[in-house]
Amino acid sequence: MTIAEDPATTNPGYKWVGTRPIRPDGFEKVTGRAKFGADLYLPGMLHGAVLRSPHAHAKILSIDTSEAEAMAGVKSVITGDDFPPAMGKEKDMASNTIARDKVLYEGHVVAAVAATSRAQARAALDAIKVTYEVLPHVLTVDQAMAAGAPVLHDGMLTKGSEPAATEPSNVASRVIYQGGDLDKGFAEADVVVEHEFTTKPVHQGYIEPHAAVADTTPDGRSTVWCSSQGHFAMRTYSAQVLGWDSGRIRVIPAEIGGGFGGKTVIYLEPLAIKLSQKAGRPVKIVMSRDEVFRATGPTSGSRMTAKIGATKDGKITAADVHLWFEAGAYAGSPVGAAAMCCLAPYKVENFTIEGFDVVVNKPRVAAYRAPGAPISGFAVESVMDEIAKSIGMDPIEFRLANVVEEGDTATYGPKFPRIGYKETLEAIKNHPNYQEPLGPNQGRGIAVGFWFNAGMNSSATVNVNEDGTVNVLTGSPDIGGSRASMALMAAEELGVDVARISPNVADTATVGFNDVTGGSRTTLATGGAVVNACRMIIEDLRGRAAKQWDVAADQVEWVDGQAQMVDGSQPPLSLADIAKGWARTGGPIAASASLNARGVGAGFSTQMCDLEVDPETGVVTIVRYTTAQDAGRAIHPSYVEGQFQGGVAQGIGWALNEEYVHNADGVMENAGFLDYRMPVASDLPMIDTVIVEVPNPGHPYGVRGVGEVGIVPPLAAVANAVDSATGKRICHLPLSPIRILDALLEG
Amino acid sequence: MSTKTHVTCIINGDETDFLTEDGESLLNALRDEVGLTGAKEGCGTGDCGACSIIMNGDLTASCLVFAPEAQCSTIVTVEGLADGDHLHPLQQCFLEGAALQCGVCTPGFLVASKVLLDRNPNPDDTEIRYALAGNLCRCTGYDKIVRAVKEAAVQLRENGKVQA
Ligand code: FES
Ligand code: FES
Repeated sequence: MTIAEDPATTNPGYKWVGTRPIRPDGFEKVTGRAKFGADLYLPGMLHGAVLRSPHAHAKILSIDTSEAEAMAGVKSVITGDDFPPAMGKEKDMASNTIARDKVLYEGHVVAAVAATSRAQARAALDAIKVTYEVLPHVLTVDQAMAAGAPVLHDGMLTKGSEPAATEPSNVASRVIYQGGDLDKGFAEADVVVEHEFTTKPVHQGYIEPHAAVADTTPDGRSTVWCSSQGHFAMRTYSAQVLGWDSGRIRVIPAEIGGGFGGKTVIYLEPLAIKLSQKAGRPVKIVMSRDEVFRATGPTSGSRMTAKIGATKDGKITAADVHLWFEAGAYAGSPVGAAAMCCLAPYKVENFTIEGFDVVVNKPRVAAYRAPGAPISGFAVESVMDEIAKSIGMDPIEFRLANVVEEGDTATYGPKFPRIGYKETLEAIKNHPNYQEPLGPNQGRGIAVGFWFNAGMNSSATVNVNEDGTVNVLTGSPDIGGSRASMALMAAEELGVDVARISPNVADTATVGFNDVTGGSRTTLATGGAVVNACRMIIEDLRGRAAKQWDVAADQVEWVDGQAQMVDGSQPPLSLADIAKGWARTGGPIAASASLNARGVGAGFSTQMCDLEVDPETGVVTIVRYTTAQDAGRAIHPSYVEGQFQGGVAQGIGWALNEEYVHNADGVMENAGFLDYRMPVASDLPMIDTVIVEVPNPGHPYGVRGVGEVGIVPPLAAVANAVDSATGKRICHLPLSPIRILDALLEG
Repeated sequence: MSTKTHVTCIINGDETDFLTEDGESLLNALRDEVGLTGAKEGCGTGDCGACSIIMNGDLTASCLVFAPEAQCSTIVTVEGLADGDHLHPLQQCFLEGAALQCGVCTPGFLVASKVLLDRNPNPDDTEIRYALAGNLCRCTGYDKIVRAVKEAAVQLRENGKVQA
């Protein structure tokens, strides 16, 4: 279902935008042809394998690789000594890629080998002798901040602390957002609700493990094939870790089998490049699922407190939120974004949001879909739900009573431009599912979410072929249908059939720079570059037609894919006509455009979860799920719906099942899909979507990013529905059967 | 030198042979030795279904089968679903219904869905969801996959390609 803000004004009769053609890369993907990261084979290619730390925290005293190096079929062995010291901007990424003197989590890379067979590579790992001095470790924010806790990084002084930190600790930084007067606000409240919350680290869970093939030639240049959310970023980061110029590395993007933020950083690429350099042959490294869990992603575990006050007629008077996020082994949890997002949907004058970024001996966190926002949203939206319940107000009406709109100042600073938040609330309120009666043991939960969305840098090249077909090149990996939306926007601009457009994801040597496919930015920013390049082409085409007709260019307009005289005095020239004659009008027709996208449109989502709790077992069954999200403009509505649905499914998994389980030694105990339980088809119902279209004024078609905000509300929507079904407010995720049973048995 | 086993089998209708080490999985043999990379390794432990193939008529996680076990077997992989340039209705319905986002799970879902529809030409939603519960998709939330399988079932029944 699509709801446009006002169809008469917002749907200006597009021919291609808003249609649902088959995606151009689809045929390769349903026939098994598409080449993902692990699918490339080169002649003479070696198999790489990675040795990882069994300890959560230890000093590396020595590494003896001599036996491994002497083994038959082993062509190269590398350790941290093969890389320059970890320094500069990407110091943490460098030492996360391969440990130098210390390992900081179980799974931290210690060495890597390349051999002629997988079995031999594995055997070589066994032959590497590492001597460790095991150090005490910390696994939670509380352990990390306890007096006398072992400090992971000697020089880590808390940034942003008041007064300034003088002693090293595991708290990397503190952020704070404040407004108004908290005491005054709480004094005005009729009801104040306060809870403490905890969440566990969860993994992005992409089905394709990380994989990279590198072929480094004796001149010290390397070609890398890998699946990532941004091959330019892979090039930049790899160059920094290796101490190389970026230009020595060419990264060719493979198809990517899911990322959700987790493939915006490097893990294997510099290892493969180095192994290949030493061996003089191409090297492929593919992670096992076990390695993916132990050493990549996840997102933060947390402890949070949220105290919110409101009047009995539903006006929020004060909010006091404190967040402690696990960063994993290096600074960089998404606590800042979490702090900025959690109160953004509300008009609240008196507030404090404080966040702490805390390092622990677990894998370094990576971005995961709207990083941080689902976590803080879980706390705030749970408390908001309880306030609405305690004053007897409908949860949607309560949000509407405090809704932010265009011109309001967000708690994190800026004024909101045009947003479609209120429309998402109304869409759920008016959805037939909102009137569905609930059965015994069933409950309904509402929650909302906000995410900024990103802009960043993109480039696109549009090449017109000699027959008027068109190749569109971008450098943004297609993670969920973006080729289709690029083709649709190009077709709309040029006025040609979308089937005549071939959208391609080009490598780092053949198209201009693009930032990662992340931050829900690709349709907006890379799409914007495509639109700009198409407009340059149209300018060029008008000029060529004018030349042919011997008139001024302003006498020619581009309508429906053809050049026409304003006065209609010449038969029109199609793109194909002009292309055919390009030799006479100035040569081949091509344009490139680059931009740093401005005009990013924020994303809001309102969601409703209906579920049933089995009082005997504590098992939750989702019976209905409804999500309304502002897409600005849905270029290809099917893939917009898909983003909504995928975010919801991940959020439900996070709410109900998923968690990293570490034992007392800091070893992950559930590093596989059997024990790290992601939702399967039989766990979920259909996910009903409403695409709200309040166009973003910052994009030619009104696009807002759609990829991320959908994962923000589900954690609280599920918890609120459990509360509605059972009368139990559970503030700790996941809401596993055992946890729910415990709450029920408490009476 | 490690000794290798010579395996002969029928893959997607063609007699095929390959050499493999005894400890190697059929998935690795298909990918490394035969060059069919449609089946993917998502886990290697039988938990994700990305490596699904049809072996002697049964849905099989090829990561859990030793390559030499394929001797004399009949195997269908995602590469064998289409009839020449004519897509299987499941493939067509996945495309039209946008039932893939990243697409890495798609080969496994197509193969598992084919086995389902070969056995049950008219499954309801719940039957589809349970039949596909061995396949993980992290992108779609399964909604569009279930719809695509249902639609393909309709088309197959109409075309009479499945005996009821
Ligand atoms: S790779 Fe075989 S089931 Fe996951
Ligand atoms: S489409 Fe990406 S895992 Fe299914």
